[in-house]
Amino acid sequence: MSRILRTLAPWLEGLLLVLLAAAPLLTAWTSQPFWLDLATRLTILAIAAAALNLVLGIGGLVSFGHAAFLGIGAYAVGIPAWHALYGGAEWIASANGFFHFALAAGAGALFALFTGPLALRTRGVHFIMITMAFGQMVFYLLQSLETYGGDDGLTIDTRSEFPLANLDDPAQLHWLAFATLLAVLLLIWRMREAPFGLALAGARTGERRMRALGYDVTRIRLAAYVLSGALTAIAGAWLANHAAFVSPSMTDWTRSGELMFMVILGGAGRLLGPLTGAAAFVLLEEVLSSMTTYWHLPFGLLLILAALWQAGVFSKEGSST
Amino acid sequence: MDTALLVTQIVNGLQLGILLFLVASGLTLVFGILDFVNLAHGAYYMLGAFISATLARWTGSWPLSVLLALPLVALIGVFTERVVARPLYGRSHLAQVLATFGLILVIDAVAMLVWGVEGQAVELPAWLNGRVTLPGGAELPAYRLVIIGSGLAVAAGLYAWVHHTRFGMLVRAAAANRDMAEALGVDTARLYAAVFALGAALAGLAGMLVAPLTEASLAMGLEIIIIALVVIIIGGIGSLKGAFVAALLAGLVDTLGRAWLDDLFKLAMSPEAAETAAPAVSAMSVYLLMALILALRPQGLFPPRTRGHGQ
Repeated sequence: MSRILRTLAPWLEGLLLVLLAAAPLLTAWTSQPFWLDLATRLTILAIAAAALNLVLGIGGLVSFGHAAFLGIGAYAVGIPAWHALYGGAEWIASANGFFHFALAAGAGALFALFTGPLALRTRGVHFIMITMAFGQMVFYLLQSLETYGGDDGLTIDTRSEFPLANLDDPAQLHWLAFATLLAVLLLIWRMREAPFGLALAGARTGERRMRALGYDVTRIRLAAYVLSGALTAIAGAWLANHAAFVSPSMTDWTRSGELMFMVILGGAGRLLGPLTGAAAFVLLEEVLSSMTTYWHLPFGLLLILAALWQAGVFSKEGSST
Repeated sequence: MDTALLVTQIVNGLQLGILLFLVASGLTLVFGILDFVNLAHGAYYMLGAFISATLARWTGSWPLSVLLALPLVALIGVFTERVVARPLYGRSHLAQVLATFGLILVIDAVAMLVWGVEGQAVELPAWLNGRVTLPGGAELPAYRLVIIGSGLAVAAGLYAWVHHTRFGMLVRAAAANRDMAEALGVDTARLYAAVFALGAALAGLAGMLVAPLTEASLAMGLEIIIIALVVIIIGGIGSLKGAFVAALLAGLVDTLGRAWLDDLFKLAMSPEAAETAAPAVSAMSVYLLMALILALRPQGLFPPRTRGHGQ
């Protein structure tokens, strides 16, 4: 079973990429605009999952707080756009898309740069929990921003403005998000073969050996964490533009759990794994929630089964990772 | 600053701290002894609140409902241990986190099916509903003191149980070295199930105690688990003493921060700036406390000395 999956996966993922690239044409042809909405959501979640995969899959750092970066990126679009429309805070008010995305990446990187060194002082399960706590910290911070809607969130009345492109057109938004996904995948693909990526993976499998070889493991991990934070924040900026809405619930820790689920399901460390994971998540969410309002029940059961399977509980040799 | 207000806020902070301790103690026991990450621990807190709310309506007596609900929550703890936790002992923490995250979704969905999305209020008996006047002139609901008192009693009982009973000794033995304990004939599987049930019951008790104050709600489990995790990180994972100190610290910092941080900020900045900054900082105060303590002591305040666990 798993061997069939392993041979089929690259073909399916290739097909998925082609489908995503052609999604605006296909959905226009079949006049099913709803499916484009789903495809764009999938694309954006795949960017975030790919960014998480960088630290979780390649680096072996189980971050349970990545939804915080999604929120940071989303508010980096929402707040300047709000001020551009309603005045105040001239230093940040802007409708310029380049500014929005640069701010998202910068803020994401900065947050990672501040929390990373503290989190990286810990190992294993401590790391999981500390990243989770930092993520929740962002949640409460965003919730306390009364100016920007507090708990209710902020509706984005003007999407990021780019020259030559109009994000109010769903097809253009989809293609630009898709181009971002390709760029991120390309970056990670190149990085895996580069000295930095190899050192990061080396630190996962043999931390002491890497240290003995003279590598500054903590700095390598911090660099990966910062890069991953910036990329996830860019995904958050896309998410804000897609939904035209930002709210603290984007950073809820259950969101981080869902991102983790995507990475694990697609196979941690695989380049195109996050794509499969995101597709599986979006489809599951869609199918299950259309069948029952209690879609978390079957989804939770699947998650438990996936975890038991991942830990090798069902196979005799028990290949625990 | 007026003392009555100060006393009131301190009592509120202690009460929050005690509730946090009840949840965190089970979490830290399961963590320290079983080396198992149970994100679904907050679900027992939520279930405790709902089950006691329902039983209180059926029986008409809140104290009776607590007595009946405790074994029920413990039973749910045993069941989840058997189905989800036990297969994952000694496996990767990642798998444990994923599985217990799934367990939360399942329990929450089931709770929504059973109780609906609305919160459930719990009414206290009249004799618990009075108010008392403390020295300094602070007038408080007596029930808050009941929470603090029962929490302290549980903490003392737990300490005595872990350090001065045979069962507690076996638990400590298994925590220090599971294989050795097993070789000496300790049935660790049953021991672990018992620890799990105890942890679930403690979290459930916290939920039962808080329900008359806030009402039982679906979101309460998700909210408490993160702060409980922060508490056990601050205290040092596996340490009961650490969980106790950190829980009270977190409760006080959170409550006092919300009450007075804006006054404090006004000393240093303009009133408008203080009005905006204070809610944001006080919402994060517990997390900032964690960051500060971890910067000084990465293993928490009271890291327990254990052997036999990887990582």
